[in-house]
Amino acid sequence: MALQKVVRSTVIDAPIERVWAVLRDFNSHDQWHEVVAKSDIEDGKNSDRVGCVRNFTLQDGNHIREMLLSLSDKDFVSTYTIVDATVPLQRYVATITLKPVTDGQRTFWHWASSFATPPGMEAELRHMVAHGVYEAGFSNLRRHLQLGVHTSSVARTTSNRSSSQATSIPAQSIKLREYGEATQLRAETTDVAPPGPGEVRIRQTAVGVNYLDVYLRKGWIPELLPLPGTPGMEAAGEVIDVGPDVTSLLPGDRVAYMGPVPGSYASVRNVPAAWTVRLGAGIDDITAAASLLKGITADYLLRDLGRIQAGTRLLVHAAAGGVGTLVCAWARSMGALVMGTVSSQAKARIARDHGCQHVIVTSNYEFSAAVHSIAQGADVIIDGLGDAACEENFAALAPCGHWISLGQASGPLKPLSPDWLVTKSVSFSRPVAFAYVATHAVLNQRAERVWQAFQQGILLPVQAEQFALKDAAAAHTRLESRQSSGSLVLLPS
Amino acid sequence: MIQVYTSSVIDASADAVWAKIRDFNGLPQWHPAIADSRIENNQPADRVGCIRYFHLQDGGLIRERLLALSDYDFTCTYSILESPMGVDNYVATIKLTPITDGGRCFAEWSAEFDCAPHREAELSQSIGQGVFQSGFDSLKRQFSSRR
Repeated sequence: MALQKVVRSTVIDAPIERVWAVLRDFNSHDQWHEVVAKSDIEDGKNSDRVGCVRNFTLQDGNHIREMLLSLSDKDFVSTYTIVDATVPLQRYVATITLKPVTDGQRTFWHWASSFATPPGMEAELRHMVAHGVYEAGFSNLRRHLQLGVHTSSVARTTSNRSSSQATSIPAQSIKLREYGEATQLRAETTDVAPPGPGEVRIRQTAVGVNYLDVYLRKGWIPELLPLPGTPGMEAAGEVIDVGPDVTSLLPGDRVAYMGPVPGSYASVRNVPAAWTVRLGAGIDDITAAASLLKGITADYLLRDLGRIQAGTRLLVHAAAGGVGTLVCAWARSMGALVMGTVSSQAKARIARDHGCQHVIVTSNYEFSAAVHSIAQGADVIIDGLGDAACEENFAALAPCGHWISLGQASGPLKPLSPDWLVTKSVSFSRPVAFAYVATHAVLNQRAERVWQAFQQGILLPVQAEQFALKDAAAAHTRLESRQSSGSLVLLPS
Repeated sequence: MIQVYTSSVIDASADAVWAKIRDFNGLPQWHPAIADSRIENNQPADRVGCIRYFHLQDGGLIRERLLALSDYDFTCTYSILESPMGVDNYVATIKLTPITDGGRCFAEWSAEFDCAPHREAELSQSIGQGVFQSGFDSLKRQFSSRR
């Protein structure tokens, strides 16, 4: 008699490690597969011992005993056979195979079996296995993963909880009610509603502090932060739950995000899933929160705008700062000639440690003569100084150079005359980071390059200064003192 | 021995995607990096052992031998005989698997090869992303635009 064969397959929107953590447990089905009422491993064996036997009681009262024939953590394969059963499946051998979908952190799941049946029951039993067991299992496991259960071992007592915490969660956030000094940043308690469509709710573990936050607090860009408002453009943490239509993330995933709408100074926040990037084990939350926006800024500055190549003469202002150190180290690895300005000898040391070859210490925005004596001018200038250094920047540029205005610490630049720029045939750019992560794919690519640069040692580990979230005012005061390293994070308690 | 593995989900049936992939002489029709292709000695393109002779868009010449072709398993295995890539013992397999809960398929493209140690990372990246992923991306585009 010919063996019956059943094959079913699907794609699960979760990384393979997540799916495998459930499926490799030969004793897990009563937690996620709704046809299985009860599962036990006989003789008290562990469920990953090849040869162990599980004893299923199904919801309909049937019993099935199955033996684990093979288990591979290398190939993500589990093979098992029915030893005896009250359903008439004979010589039943099944194999579960998982494979990673490498272009999207998803998992391909293949479930195949062959078996014999009593005459006349072939179609009925094929249907039962294909639909009642395999396809039902696909949808049951999807729902199980959305419960936020990481591994089956912790699920025993919690498998009945609702699929999302459909209630508001109390959270601490920093509220700005008037523009002005750092003391305007005050902690308040709020409730964070469940995530809306396309959103994820994140329990934040580290929040990045950027100079942009200071500009927002001072009211320089009121259209970006209307009052009352919460500043902050980036953070890292763990997904609590996901809203409708979110398929790329699950509760428990570690993520970081940067977004064009402020509000990250909080312990819990809803953000669009499209803002987020998943964090691998090699990047800790503080590094991610302190470096996502700054790292992506360095990435587009050097690759897209500066087009840095071997020999490019690069001048970086605030070379010891948060963005400056990343830019120096990364540009150096690309073979650029890296010059930087700093305001003190202590900062000169930091800049040198990060690959800045020629450090110019200046407290009065004079540097063009030094740049010309080092390199006869700069092909690319990354300028966070603004108005007070306007003439010096122009003087420092080599012909056909590129002046990239990233910030304006000394005050807003006055309009530049095209007739002035033409005298050296120079380009002027005024970029904003969020325009360079317009799609989720591009965001992921850039973030991946940043994390790799950290892991390869091209970028040095971030020594972020840490403040409690409620002390956001102190963090701003520190950042504005110009004494800080430029990397500051707030830690929600 | 270096191993490269790239996989993806293509929004078309395995049959439809296989119709493109099984043509060992058909790379220029779907892979953006390939400029032209012919089969040596006027052999049919599904004859196991035949050799395809093709140029990359940048002008590089590659010759590859068809080692295995299965219309049953949707797999195609080939080796590189001659290329500017600097790889030895290069054997690659492209495989499709139907995804039964939708008209999609799971596509895998893997290779094993030897190379100079300092070029491992670069070649893994250029083969895994530049060749395999860009081929998948192109197939995804072709099948999405047909809807």
